[in-house]
Amino acid sequence: MYSQGLIGADGRTTESEEFLARFQARIDAEEKIEPNDAMPEGYRRTLVRQIGQHAHSEIVGMLPEGNWITRAPSLRRKAALLAKVQDEGGHGLYLYCAAETLGVSREEMTEELLSGKAKYSSIFNYPTLSWADMGIIGWLVDGAAIMNQIPLCRCSYGPYARAMIRVCKEESFHQRQGYELCMSLAFGTPEQKAMVQDALNRWWWPSIMMFGPHDADSQNSDQSMAWKIKRFSNDELRQKFIDATVPQAEYLGLTLPDPDLKWNEAKGGYDHGPIDWSEFWRVVKGQGPMARDRIKARKKAWDEGAWVREAALAHAEKRQARKMAAE
Amino acid sequence: MVQTTPLWEVFIRPRNGLAHKHAGSIHAADEVLALQAARDVYTRRGEGTSIWVVRSADIVASDPDQAAENFEPTADKIYRHPTFYDIPDDVGHM
Amino acid sequence: MAVWEALLELADDHLVLGHRLSEWCGHAPMLEEDLALPNMALDLIGSARTLYDLAGTLEGKGRDEDALAYFRGERDYRNCLLVERPNEDFAHTVLRQLYFAAFMKPYWDRAMTSTNAVVQGVAGKAGKEMAYHIRHAGEWVIRLGDGTEESARRMADAVEALSIYVDELFDSSDAAQDAEKAGVLPVRAEMREAFDAVIADVFSQALLTQPDVAYGQRGGRTGQHGEGLGHLLAEMQSLHRAHPGATW
Repeated sequence: MYSQGLIGADGRTTESEEFLARFQARIDAEEKIEPNDAMPEGYRRTLVRQIGQHAHSEIVGMLPEGNWITRAPSLRRKAALLAKVQDEGGHGLYLYCAAETLGVSREEMTEELLSGKAKYSSIFNYPTLSWADMGIIGWLVDGAAIMNQIPLCRCSYGPYARAMIRVCKEESFHQRQGYELCMSLAFGTPEQKAMVQDALNRWWWPSIMMFGPHDADSQNSDQSMAWKIKRFSNDELRQKFIDATVPQAEYLGLTLPDPDLKWNEAKGGYDHGPIDWSEFWRVVKGQGPMARDRIKARKKAWDEGAWVREAALAHAEKRQARKMAAE
Repeated sequence: MVQTTPLWEVFIRPRNGLAHKHAGSIHAADEVLALQAARDVYTRRGEGTSIWVVRSADIVASDPDQAAENFEPTADKIYRHPTFYDIPDDVGHM
Repeated sequence: MAVWEALLELADDHLVLGHRLSEWCGHAPMLEEDLALPNMALDLIGSARTLYDLAGTLEGKGRDEDALAYFRGERDYRNCLLVERPNEDFAHTVLRQLYFAAFMKPYWDRAMTSTNAVVQGVAGKAGKEMAYHIRHAGEWVIRLGDGTEESARRMADAVEALSIYVDELFDSSDAAQDAEKAGVLPVRAEMREAFDAVIADVFSQALLTQPDVAYGQRGGRTGQHGEGLGHLLAEMQSLHRAHPGATW
């Protein structure tokens, strides 16, 4: 679960005009680019950055929902949530592997995440304060992610596109389980309904910020669009998401916390109120309420797991040596 | 310097009668852990009945720069394809 | 004593261990294990649900799986002590899993001939799951036991810490004895040989020695638990209990 709002990828590249034109012609012909193919350095760098951010988002994204696995209020919900958080780990794994085809190791990417150098989706730097957050995250955050991820299945880079196809297949259960969870609360006791409205109030704006800055303020979009790493603009996807979500909220009898939200007949979509971009940038820059805790938790898992990874490698060496000696 | 755990390519046979197909990759220190990781990561939804794992480093790949000389010379050998040969309809399916 | 209480013991074992494993999700030593541990947890929680459902039906008081899981405190939980032991580190976790699966694998194999069709059904599914848990946990015990100096030390510590909870696995409570007499569940003591064979094989490859256990800890089946279980349940049950009568 991740959405665009790719921050700071540097698409600059220094190859000859002729090389770039030949590459662009392949992209324009909808040819997929595969790992060993010649590619502009800027293309490679943009992909490493984007796939890495995407993978980190999945991995850090395990934490806010993982926060409720041990408190899930029924065994059915416990199993579903555990399976879902496990899927997020799987998505991170597929994506790290896709990035590795570009010559960067998982260990290097992990170090970048833990050192704070690499970014991830800022939505995960908000806390999950109630069980209803599990429903809202599935419905809105995964819903927003799907909007972004379906076009990525057609991304020009083969391994990324293939990873996304697998991710999208699995992701389809996430949004449904989230919405079903919201239904159980919205149609439940008054306390449950209040719980889900409160969660919606907290997650609505961060969810629509997930699509990233307005197109006019998004510096790297043009090059990424030309290279077909990104296929829709931030605002296009945000609009699509809002239009899909409003009737779903109405069905639940919940109120989206935006008094300016209204149908615009002329454009055939909803208008929304102003987004607080100062909050967006603050969270992106690492000032989100849970930012430090998230990295601390990942660092703890990585550091405390070091002896296990080392032991496995040491054992593999011994096995190899014994095998050689026996031959 | 961080030690890196080797990368493996995972191939899954969806069901007997079909060939193994590339599913993705995993990291594992040795072949036993690699098979288990492949099982735990790539067959959670009944995707397969058999798994192969191969160290990524052991795969020998053709050079994309040689793609033209490798693969384009076959383009004009149309006589290898059945449709090159005209057989009257009266003969029946062949 | 009634058969449903024996099923409750079994269900509690699976839920508590599944819950412990689920605590790892997102915090495992490597991403591959972030997927492997929940797979095992989901196997266990799945079996627990069917067993609770059956126990509730046999009890006949209208308690469903959630009533049994969420509305009993630690004095009423009937799981063995092994499964409630805290995760500590990866060595403890994989050894705890190996011990449990090495017991449950032959147990489910024998339960295939249970006089109860639901138990037979669980046995058919869970026997295969336990076979994989033995392999997965066993391969890790081998690697950690014969890995680095640190991993060998941690693995030996885990053996030292957990081996005192093994004997209880083979005890049949009064309820279990009733279920055994009725042919619903297998006789626990009969698993010893198969269990010992698995552990001996793994330990020899892991260069681990089995300690002499002077005194095996017991008490789970009578609600005499360690202090950790109360915290586990307090966490697990907090939300459910805060909203009595709500559906989720």
